[in-house]
Amino acid sequence: MRYIEPHAHMVSRTTDDYEAMRLAGCAAICEPAFWAGFDRSSVHGFYDYFCQLTDYEPKRAAKFALPHFSWLCINPKESEDMGLARDVLGIIPEFLKRPNVLGIGEIGLNKNTRNELEILQAHIDLAAQHDQLILVHTPHLEDKFKGTRLILDVLKADSRIRPERVIIDHVEEHTVGMVLDAGFWAGITLYPESKATPARAIDMVEQAGLRNIWLNCACDWGRSDPLAVPRTAVEMARRGHSAEAIDHLVYGNPLRFLSQNPRFQLA
Amino acid sequence: MTRQQVLDLYFMDARCKLIELAAFLDRLDRSEGAPDFRFEAFRGALAALSSAPSERAKAVLMSLSDPTLEPLDAAPGKGACGAWPGRQV
Ligand SMILES: [Zn+2]
Repeated sequence: MRYIEPHAHMVSRTTDDYEAMRLAGCAAICEPAFWAGFDRSSVHGFYDYFCQLTDYEPKRAAKFALPHFSWLCINPKESEDMGLARDVLGIIPEFLKRPNVLGIGEIGLNKNTRNELEILQAHIDLAAQHDQLILVHTPHLEDKFKGTRLILDVLKADSRIRPERVIIDHVEEHTVGMVLDAGFWAGITLYPESKATPARAIDMVEQAGLRNIWLNCACDWGRSDPLAVPRTAVEMARRGHSAEAIDHLVYGNPLRFLSQNPRFQLA
Repeated sequence: MTRQQVLDLYFMDARCKLIELAAFLDRLDRSEGAPDFRFEAFRGALAALSSAPSERAKAVLMSLSDPTLEPLDAAPGKGACGAWPGRQV
């Protein structure tokens, strides 16, 4: 089996996880910028984090012959502080030049506030100005449905944004349809308690089809499983899906989306 | 998959989760004090589960979701609890 892990927060994982993912057939890892579990006190914390994502983690992954790519932004959990958010937006362009950067992400909403929306729009503007791919995080739990609708409205209102260059992540049964119907890519995140389980993820794929959907584990410092994608591939096999269909979902689809940035090259 | 295959693959898992759910409701019954809004939200979700003719996962998720579209003026915190407090009657 081969697969691409398009969304994993490896800064909070061990080196053993890199090895386990490689052994399970991982061909590349992509790491969006996210909340560290605590609020960073200044733009300098983000500067160091972006150095970690664009310099240190690729070296750590390379020890296991794993290409490592990253996405940059200030996440919505820290976007309520508009001054900090503007400062961070100011340093992103210099990092966009680094060779493993694929785009802007994971941007989006958390509690669906006006400030979060304004910073989301500023990120979308930055992506449009620099012709970057976009990876969107949709809110958790009770806030997801509202947040997904707000995010779609903002993206659709910007005529520079091409939906096929935007992936909206963490969809569930009540949001996957509206994302795909609007022409965007949809990401299904596999988590033990929230988001989706392997069985529900496959249910969604069976109903929506193998079109523009990817699976990801989004493993981070919380309860999560870095091998959730290959586990789901096994679950698909148990249901009788062909090896071709599984490969299409866990390898071909992320490859097709990510290759829109020519930097995404597999060794 | 045939219905028989779905049962073969998932019946034991679903049975386990169903009994966990029943035990959770029993545990709530045996406990004391006033519950918060999540209690009613959970009962609402159970009603959505049993009344939806299809797309039950979607119905349960929607019953626990904020259905409004107006952005908040300020974040009430960073976290989410799994149920929307605005739905309480
Ligand atoms: Zn993430």
